[in-house]
Amino acid sequence: MASLNGTSHNSIDDELDFSDIEAKYRVDFDDGFDSIIVVDGVPVIDRSKLDKLLAKISKEFSRKGAVIKQDDIFVPWDDNVGKSKGFIFVDLGNPDAAAFAAGAMNGHPFDAKHTFRINRFTDVERYANIDETYVEPAVEEYRPKEHLRAWLADSQGRDQYVTYRGDDVEIHWHGKPSQCEIAYAKKNWTELYASWSPLGTYFATLFRQGVRLWGGPSWEPQHRFAHPLVKLIDFSPCENYIVTWSHDPISVPANLPQGPEFFSPEDEGNNIAVWEIKSGHLLRTFPTTAYENEDPAMKKQMQWPALKWSSDDKFVARVTPGQHISVYELPTMGLHDKKSLKIEGVVDFEWCPHGEKDKEDADKPVKAEKGAKKRENMLAYWTPEVANQPARVTLINFPSRTVLRQKNLFNVTECKLHWQNQGDFLCVKVDRHTKTKKSIFCNLEIFRVREKDYPVEVVELKDTVTDFSWEPKGERFAIVSSNDPNLGNPGPGITIKTDISFYQLDRTKNDFKLLRTLTSRTSNTIRWSPRGRHVVLATVGSSTKSELEFWDLDFNTEERREGQNVKEEWGSGIQQLGSADHYGVTDVEWDPSGRYLATSASAWRHTLENGYAIWDFRGQELEKLILDRFKQFIWRPRPRSLLTKEQQRQIRKNLREYSRAFDEEDAAEESNVSAELIAHRKRLLDEWNAWRARCKRDIAEEKRSRGQKLNGEHHEEEKEEIEEWIDEVIEQIEEEVVE
Amino acid sequence: MCNALEPYPGRCVTDHAAGGCHERSLTQIKFNSEGDLLFSCSKDHIINVWFSHNGERLGTYDGHNGTVWTIDVDSQSRFLVSGSADNELRLWNVSDGKCLYVWEFPTAVKRVAFSDDDERVVCITEQRMGHQCVIRVFKLNRDGDGTTQSLEPEHMFSPIGSKATVCAFTYTPNLIITGHESGKVALFDVVTGTEVLNNERAHMDVVTDLQLSADRSYFVTSSKDKTARIHDTKTLRVLKTFATETPLNSAALAPNKPYVLVGGGQEAMQVTTTSLRQGKFETRFWHKVFEEEVGRVKGHFGPINTIAVHPAGTSYASGGEDGFIRVHHFDESYFRVKPYGDLQLED
Repeated sequence: MASLNGTSHNSIDDELDFSDIEAKYRVDFDDGFDSIIVVDGVPVIDRSKLDKLLAKISKEFSRKGAVIKQDDIFVPWDDNVGKSKGFIFVDLGNPDAAAFAAGAMNGHPFDAKHTFRINRFTDVERYANIDETYVEPAVEEYRPKEHLRAWLADSQGRDQYVTYRGDDVEIHWHGKPSQCEIAYAKKNWTELYASWSPLGTYFATLFRQGVRLWGGPSWEPQHRFAHPLVKLIDFSPCENYIVTWSHDPISVPANLPQGPEFFSPEDEGNNIAVWEIKSGHLLRTFPTTAYENEDPAMKKQMQWPALKWSSDDKFVARVTPGQHISVYELPTMGLHDKKSLKIEGVVDFEWCPHGEKDKEDADKPVKAEKGAKKRENMLAYWTPEVANQPARVTLINFPSRTVLRQKNLFNVTECKLHWQNQGDFLCVKVDRHTKTKKSIFCNLEIFRVREKDYPVEVVELKDTVTDFSWEPKGERFAIVSSNDPNLGNPGPGITIKTDISFYQLDRTKNDFKLLRTLTSRTSNTIRWSPRGRHVVLATVGSSTKSELEFWDLDFNTEERREGQNVKEEWGSGIQQLGSADHYGVTDVEWDPSGRYLATSASAWRHTLENGYAIWDFRGQELEKLILDRFKQFIWRPRPRSLLTKEQQRQIRKNLREYSRAFDEEDAAEESNVSAELIAHRKRLLDEWNAWRARCKRDIAEEKRSRGQKLNGEHHEEEKEEIEEWIDEVIEQIEEEVVE
Repeated sequence: MCNALEPYPGRCVTDHAAGGCHERSLTQIKFNSEGDLLFSCSKDHIINVWFSHNGERLGTYDGHNGTVWTIDVDSQSRFLVSGSADNELRLWNVSDGKCLYVWEFPTAVKRVAFSDDDERVVCITEQRMGHQCVIRVFKLNRDGDGTTQSLEPEHMFSPIGSKATVCAFTYTPNLIITGHESGKVALFDVVTGTEVLNNERAHMDVVTDLQLSADRSYFVTSSKDKTARIHDTKTLRVLKTFATETPLNSAALAPNKPYVLVGGGQEAMQVTTTSLRQGKFETRFWHKVFEEEVGRVKGHFGPINTIAVHPAGTSYASGGEDGFIRVHHFDESYFRVKPYGDLQLED
């Protein structure tokens, strides 16, 4: 047997050609030349000037941080002429230092005539040995790709979501109960977490080796980005680019394949990489912005996304806190205008999102050129108070870099910039402190960006605002505020009391007015439906409370439409639709259509009752699954609708027609389902009964064979009525009666 | 599912610990065959017997000097056997509380059970201190006052592999079912000590309880793997699975109704760090055939360790880590409602 096995092994060895693997894993023995660099462009001199030259060179090297001694330099000599050959060898002592010196000194202008060109010594040999015969690359056969947005053509109009539990990643269809099914499932599909691209086209999973994108109906791999130990990813809004980040600085091992998809030695030490999705090419890498403040307390968490995209994918910007904002143009990834926006003290900035109107404008042919001009990209940033300078929020146009509006602010602790998703409004949430710096209160500075001169309005609040959220496509926002003394020192079992307030733009006065405040809640999270109107208030991350409240802000809409702008009471349209509870909820997310809400309790946060639930917009539970080791739930986003405004209006007008068809479908479905369920139960029942009958027969036989009598019929116990009298002495009072 | 239906069982008649009777967690409770008496044993070394209809205590069986892990009563309510951590198996007279006989072993007794003809008792002793887990079968001398018993077991053997945690006699003489630490369920012939049949993967974790149907043709097991399962006694085939989200300590079959009752909760050692809400200290009712949960009963402050159902199916009792026994009488609606319509279901 053993010999048989042996021979089969041998035959496999013979058949297979392992040379590629051997080449790949070949151990490079250290030839000791790694630490040597070749410097070209050194002046040609005669012996008299040698010492002076060497002194100068070593000084220049040392000034750039590559410390060398004169002894480390070897100068080849042309004895025929008695002059040096114009290049030198420098031994840096170790390969790392050599790599550093090569990077630092390459292109170094030694004097007016001479510029250093540096190569590693080992490279010279390597490039000399490259095979120079040209081999025509084989043309790959064209294979049609699957449609990446095929899921949108689902005949039942269902949405998808992904769940990640244990090692299992599953993609589900979500629709009516009977239409829910698993679209695709794979074990160990990701090693960290999963993510969708912003328009839902790609599904991204993270591995040690890098990021992989998947898509199409059969979930084939689409692209990969080799960024080892990648931890965070971020897509550009139009899905043209992807940014990856790893905590470990990029290192380029010697055997890393070369090409536009891979890191090259220049990228070493960086953490952030920008890639083009369609080509898979690496565009540029960056180091993580270092917070080089002297105050270690300022060394806060790295911001993610570190690079912020303008919403048309034309620019990407990053901030170097305190100094400047650098804007890069795409697809070249070159610094725009070759200079950063120098802004003393800048802390943070945000791009203005493009609304549907902007996108339509952008789609229009160029004829609109002379008419209303296209809106430029806009950028808002803020700078804190320094010495005599007030804190300041600035709105600028980009790429023209013209300042549109500035607003000075005082007693500022912190600012947060919140753009409404259509780019209509910008709210700056300003945390302010009193003179004594003892208490914190909040101002909301709201810029109306679409109006002339960008008017700013201030909403002053007495409490601390912990969350702020614009209604998508709306003129309302909601805030969570709190004056709980425990705020800011969270502890186990402490649930912060909060108030939720809704504000709306009052069209007549053109300012934001309070709609309604809901007091004494514990909710700390606001989730607007992506379509606006509906909002969910949730208590997330608490060990004792886990409430979900479902609100409708236009409850009376139907009547209003008929009555055509009848002046109704301010804020009367707010109505609570329902409330629910999902114990231990950690994440709350609306589906892209705004019809369903998913809540999940992720094992990443705690291990109690992990799982997820899906609710409709009224707070009715549709599905709840408690699953051990459940980690992640994400709806698949949808791209912008292809229907024009007019078409959408038509559909809304004829909604009754459509809904009739759907109602019929539903009714048919329902009777179908219940029939199926009943049949299923009937089958279970029949199986059970048949099995029981068999069992009873077996036992009877067994007993008969043992000669026992059948005591099958249980003699009915005659019932015995027991009456109990319970006397209870409630009180005993002794009274002495004195006559 | 359980939202749609009100939890069935209604009144909780008694909290025994309120009367201050068991000072430590319950380990096992048993109804006698008429259902008028309820026996309970606990880590406080005491065995109690109660009137099941009102929760009044009838008496105690004193003598064990360690946690009493297990009890069983014969069908005539004449003899009671108990196994304890003091390494003793005791035989008691039910009616007057006298200890009739004591067997002593090298290790603790973890499980006892009567055969269906009351003639035999099977007991499992713990695997500890170099001693193996041993299964012994004693033939009881039912003549006279019961004090003359043979010290030596009729049969004894050690199961190979994972140790046995629970056991019971089947309807076939000399054949016992065992549940094991590994999650295995097996059939043993006690005469030869051989494993007749096994299902290695019946559960994924320790089998914590095993209770038979009235005719012993099928049985329900509970396990730390968070599931309870119904098995066919003859083939050991898993017929039904009831998956919950908490480790289970006990599972019982409700006579005359197609329900399985399961109970459990967080591990005892984690209880202090979990709230009532998280602990899942509820008795859950599952439909035996459809494998759907139909209701829950709350009440315990700690994990439920043991559940027993009245033989007539009119009430059930649960014993918890909190030291309480809770006896619930099913109210009228339990018998009246038919959540699945009219079903012709064989018991």
